[in-house]
Amino acid sequence: MEYEAVIGLEVHVELKTNAKAFCGCTTAFGGEPNTHVCPVCLGLPGVLPVINRQVVEFGLKTALALNCQVAPFCKFDRKNYYYPDLPKNYQISQYDLPLARGGHLKITVDGEERVIGITRVHMEEDAGKLIHVDGPDGGYSLVDYNRTGVPLLEIVSEPDLRSPAEARAYMEKLRAILQYLDVSDCKMEEGSLRCDANVSVRPRGSQAFGTKTEVKNLNSFRSLQRALEYEIERQVAILEGGGRVEQATMAWDENRGVTYVMRTKEEAQDYRYFPDPDLVPLEIDAAWIERVRRELPELPDARCRRLIDDYGLPAYDAGVITSSRDLADYFDRVVALYPDAKTVSNWIMGDFLRLLNAGNLEPRQSPVPPEEMAALLQLQKEGTISGKIAKQVLEEMFATGKGARQVVQEKGLVQISDAAALAQIVEEVLAANPGVVEDYRNGKDKALGFLVGQVMKVTKGKANPGLVNRLLKERL
Amino acid sequence: MDLHYLTAHELGDLLQRREVSAVEVTEAIIDRIEAVDGRVQAYLTRTAEQAFEQAKAIDAARARGEKPGPLAGVPMALKDNLCTEGIRTTCASRMLAGWVPPYDATVVRRLKAAGAVMLGKLNMDEFAMGSSTENSGFFPTRNPWDLERVPGGSSGGSVAAVAAGEACYALGSDTGGSIRQPASFCGVVGMKPTYGRVSRYGLVAFASSLDQIGPITRDVTDCALVLGVIAGHDPSDSTSADLPVPDYRAALRPEIKGLKIGVPREYFGAGMEPEVETVVRRAIARLEEMGAVCEETSLPHTEYALPAYYLVAPAEASSNLARYDGVGYGLRVPGKDIIAMYMNTRSQGFGPEVKRRIMLGTYALSSGYYDAYYLKALKVRTLIRRDFEAAFAKYDLLATPTAPTVAFRLGEKAGDPLAMYLSDLCTIPINMAGLPALSLPCGFSQGLPVGLQLIGKAFDEATLLRVAYAFEQTTEYHRRRPELGVA
Ligand SMILES: [Zn+2]
Repeated sequence: MEYEAVIGLEVHVELKTNAKAFCGCTTAFGGEPNTHVCPVCLGLPGVLPVINRQVVEFGLKTALALNCQVAPFCKFDRKNYYYPDLPKNYQISQYDLPLARGGHLKITVDGEERVIGITRVHMEEDAGKLIHVDGPDGGYSLVDYNRTGVPLLEIVSEPDLRSPAEARAYMEKLRAILQYLDVSDCKMEEGSLRCDANVSVRPRGSQAFGTKTEVKNLNSFRSLQRALEYEIERQVAILEGGGRVEQATMAWDENRGVTYVMRTKEEAQDYRYFPDPDLVPLEIDAAWIERVRRELPELPDARCRRLIDDYGLPAYDAGVITSSRDLADYFDRVVALYPDAKTVSNWIMGDFLRLLNAGNLEPRQSPVPPEEMAALLQLQKEGTISGKIAKQVLEEMFATGKGARQVVQEKGLVQISDAAALAQIVEEVLAANPGVVEDYRNGKDKALGFLVGQVMKVTKGKANPGLVNRLLKERL
Repeated sequence: MDLHYLTAHELGDLLQRREVSAVEVTEAIIDRIEAVDGRVQAYLTRTAEQAFEQAKAIDAARARGEKPGPLAGVPMALKDNLCTEGIRTTCASRMLAGWVPPYDATVVRRLKAAGAVMLGKLNMDEFAMGSSTENSGFFPTRNPWDLERVPGGSSGGSVAAVAAGEACYALGSDTGGSIRQPASFCGVVGMKPTYGRVSRYGLVAFASSLDQIGPITRDVTDCALVLGVIAGHDPSDSTSADLPVPDYRAALRPEIKGLKIGVPREYFGAGMEPEVETVVRRAIARLEEMGAVCEETSLPHTEYALPAYYLVAPAEASSNLARYDGVGYGLRVPGKDIIAMYMNTRSQGFGPEVKRRIMLGTYALSSGYYDAYYLKALKVRTLIRRDFEAAFAKYDLLATPTAPTVAFRLGEKAGDPLAMYLSDLCTIPINMAGLPALSLPCGFSQGLPVGLQLIGKAFDEATLLRVAYAFEQTTEYHRRRPELGVA
């Protein structure tokens, strides 16, 4: 039988507000343990939370960007459970009346566009961090409360995703949108973007849902995809073997590449949600919503459309470039100085991204500013350097942070466009390769390429390729 | 002159005229505490040293020609569930026996700014759960009028201290009557302001949607003065109302002609001592003689207030008290793993009444029972609120007994929680509706004080205080002092 997966994602996004959700403490990452804390985020007896308006503002931005309906009235609830990194032993969250519901976002996988439903967007607070220390009696644990009270958004999708690749595309698209909105750092390695996945499988064509499991805490795109692939395979194998999938909460072991059971249905938590009496319900008027809507920046889909319409870029290029706001901003700045969009796109998607990835850098951290990228392309266009040399120059620029012209000057990479000087070299190459010359004359066109290569080798790539071609053909 | 039995405004006048110094007043009251607290047992923590420092600072300010407010230099004390920076705050629980808060409650900050001299922290039922102060994790407080009787609760220590001359006034907290019922038992004035009138920031929570801090004083004028200092919006408490605070003392006029007062018949039900009822009815008759129009009325959902309260309050308490787990502060009893540590700590840290309510609340909130209990209780709460709304469409205020009985004997109800819960019958509906109410002395039964409860419209404490003041002007009950065998 053929099976299909049914996947829904719960994504947690850490908001980069100036202050925590319910007190004035900083949300900055790092810091000595327990230095970014106050009585409120430590949940000391007697303290009361007060919602930070910026959290609501960021939540609104996100909800509107995801095409959600914002609730005119929402409230905060307490989610009660015991855990040592949770100072109050309840988490302030939203339960039956979340900030927003009913949105969607579009993804494209293998050229096919799909619309994925967003069930809800709600606000909540983060917990602290446990640090386990080994010791003679099995060790002990320390708690760092710096993260407690940091605002989170939970974005829950409909079970509309059908494959690990779609789940990954959804997550990537979501990250791009959040980055465009500038509401989160989206650093998965720092935990500011993480997700839980609900997965079930069913015979293809069936409408009924299978029994789902929840895979917790997937904190990279790679582990999201791998964990889903594993879990789907595991569930299919159970069904194929005539068994039944047990409802459970699973964890992903990145090292072993397997999911394992954390909790079964019988051990399910009873969170005893109820309205937090310390926080007054939140009323969000239409004017507030409208203002936020007006101030929304251009989002990935719109920007992609613009690159296609205004610059005539292929859809693929536009998709890659707008997948990150940072990259799209970089592109825009280069194109403003060097208006050949397709050339810019080729360079950015090719060598530029390769060099960034090699250095583990974001586009904004690039040692080559957009002005210098444009200058490099200009040098190539003017014929000062060849395309091949340009690649070398870019690498040098990345390595040293020097400008394009400076690298070309210092390394003496200016293209040789002097016909007389090149003619001399062409003569030498022809003399040294009589056999190849013979081949060419007998109709082997490929032989020309070899001869061009030889000239380039002698000139260390600096020869103007067009000129070399012309000179060779004249002599042959 | 017994300085320890003067009211705050009387002392304030003497201090302002510099006929007496704040240090002298503080000394007098500390002497009084030394003399009687061994029997009354109102104090959990005494802060004489800090009190003298504060008193000296006020005297120095006056000597410089400054005119601090009317409460400056007047010694007072706080229920031990109000956080005080650098001074242990225990909620009368072994769980917090050694806990020293790093911050002041908003009301404490406001009192300090007004020049209050703080004598210490007062006993209470553990985490404010109880009606007799017998549930203190340390020792019970006794009623100054009869040391064999309870002072009421949970603010029993606060009320006993004020009644016994061990503090000029005190702050308590009132979740279901915890200020008014003991005020009634000990013959002092106790007010629960409108929910949201006084910031709860720094009040260790029992049931957040019901808790409110209020003054406990020897007369109505003091009540107005103290409320004026502690009331008002606080950005640290989003449930605190952003409304102007009237000049409550200026609102005190002996004039109540034409005022409409409703007397709900449900508050005179079974379980009421006949003599208490007689005293309260006589007090209402006196209000009528003074020109008020009193009329019997009905609040039909009153009988459901108590059961609904005993779902809502424990539900919130179960969540509020979850933080006492031995991880961050307070008591920690080790165990073989984290779960065992939690269980040992909470088993040994909490007393039986607190455990009873945590279990009740956990059950009421658990999935499968939530709708039947917690949600149902919230619906009842709405009905109770509507009862009051309907009544206040007709009346300016309501008058009832504060408690169905006078102070009962120590141990009399300690083994029977349900009997104990009934002593808050008349006060609980007011918390459920979030309204302001006060209890003032209105007579005696068996030689023990009886309280009259006046209930007002939301945020209309001024009318309550005016009527209470007018009543007080025609009586001497508030001037009677318990005999504690010392002058
Ligand atoms: Zn904080």
